[in-house]
Amino acid sequence: MAIFESTRGLIEETEKSGLPIWEYVLKTSCEESNISEEQSWEMMGKTFDAMLESYRSYDQFQVSASGLVGGDAEKMRVARNSGDTICGSFIGSVIATALTVSECNACMHRIVAAPTAGSCGVLPAVLLPYAHVKDLSRDDLIKALYVASGFGAVIAQRASISGAEAGCQAEIGSASAMAAAALVYLHGGDLRMMENSVAMALKNMMGLVCDPVAGLVEVPCVKRNVAGAMNALASAEMALAGIESRIPADEVIDTMKVVGSMLPPSLRETGEGGIAASPTAHRLFPDGPKI
Amino acid sequence: MNIFDLIGPIMVGPSSSHTAGAARIGLVARTMLGEKPVKAEILLHGSFAATGKGHGTDRALVAGLLGMKPDDLRIPDSFRFAREEGLEFSFGEVKLDEAHPNSALLRLTGETGKTLEMIGASVGGGKIEVREINGLKLRFTAEYPTLIIQNHDNPGSIAWVSKLLADENVNIGTFQVTRSSRGKDAIMVIECDSRITDDLVEKIMQNPDIISAGKVNL
Repeated sequence: MAIFESTRGLIEETEKSGLPIWEYVLKTSCEESNISEEQSWEMMGKTFDAMLESYRSYDQFQVSASGLVGGDAEKMRVARNSGDTICGSFIGSVIATALTVSECNACMHRIVAAPTAGSCGVLPAVLLPYAHVKDLSRDDLIKALYVASGFGAVIAQRASISGAEAGCQAEIGSASAMAAAALVYLHGGDLRMMENSVAMALKNMMGLVCDPVAGLVEVPCVKRNVAGAMNALASAEMALAGIESRIPADEVIDTMKVVGSMLPPSLRETGEGGIAASPTAHRLFPDGPKI
Repeated sequence: MNIFDLIGPIMVGPSSSHTAGAARIGLVARTMLGEKPVKAEILLHGSFAATGKGHGTDRALVAGLLGMKPDDLRIPDSFRFAREEGLEFSFGEVKLDEAHPNSALLRLTGETGKTLEMIGASVGGGKIEVREINGLKLRFTAEYPTLIIQNHDNPGSIAWVSKLLADENVNIGTFQVTRSSRGKDAIMVIECDSRITDDLVEKIMQNPDIISAGKVNL
């Protein structure tokens, strides 16, 4: 399917169709997977509801299997509500939401992989606080998910969304790029701005390794969701200001793939290198990934 | 490219491969067995053995054996549900030859005494492949209605099965035939476009060359 093979193709075909991008992604993906547009919309709606539910299911007293994750989202929420923060209330919510959903994932709650379980906090982290501030409807957010999935599909096809294949840049990086495009769309930006936001978000995450302590989706994954969300905001903001990426999005995506293939296996989800190989990680889990 | 692989699946965390895929392996095994399992010996290979406990791979596999899907909120408590439903299970480790790093070998006994040995691999994003059944190597994803038939390696077995499928108006998507060696048992894996009924499986079994026939409709 040509439109999902490049961001350029996605944008040009969308322009030709005269449709809003969310609708173009919806229609084209339906043709390919042989489901009706109504079925697709209903499924995306259910997916959005599940995303919202994953946020609401948080329990501040719960800890993950390893005992390393739990309670941090609540600390962030308390700090945000105190009013005494560096970044203010909106950014405070973004950070707290990223931690909330990612901690829920680590504690075996139901989440929406977006694009992966390990990066499931990024999209809700930017969408839910933004929707709250701008008073957006459920329909608006479902449309934003179609936009995110369209750009995500390009990344998955040209490069990868798997940490085992291409490192964390392919998980948190891809999630960040998808979130950036969704934000640009919601804020009324045009297609070029979406493309630029994707390019900038991925460039900023280039080379990020997948180095989970004890091989678990906990450390450093949970807090990296915060980094992915913050990077999405900055990239979307720059794109909306008219700042362009000097390197086109498709070339950035291709570069991510090359960089991913250059990463040694120890930095691709095996839990053997990076932060997973730090002295403290070894002290906590002397038998390596096994707990 | 399915966009619901980018925004989705909806699943119980923390890992699409180690949790969602594991649940699906268990679910496919239960379906293959064709009845409620009462005993399960589960052996974990590779990364499943190394990081499975922390990812809830063990609980997800048992959940699948109980018929739960990857988004079932009961997955974290599946061991308790297994006790309630009379499923006796045990875990161990195994080193399988040429297996995917995320693999599990399941030995099941059903309530009427049926048995099944299956190797399933979680190949990423919650997707799985069945790699071996009762010692015979094969490969299917269980994303389509699938017939798995073990037969004596005699002429006419394939014609018998395909005739019955044609009579029931079931269209064949893919058809694999393998055997361990000439004259030994063979296996057919047939992916279809519509549901496979119990009645059809019974009809297939009426040929003495057919040793076993199982189906997966998920």
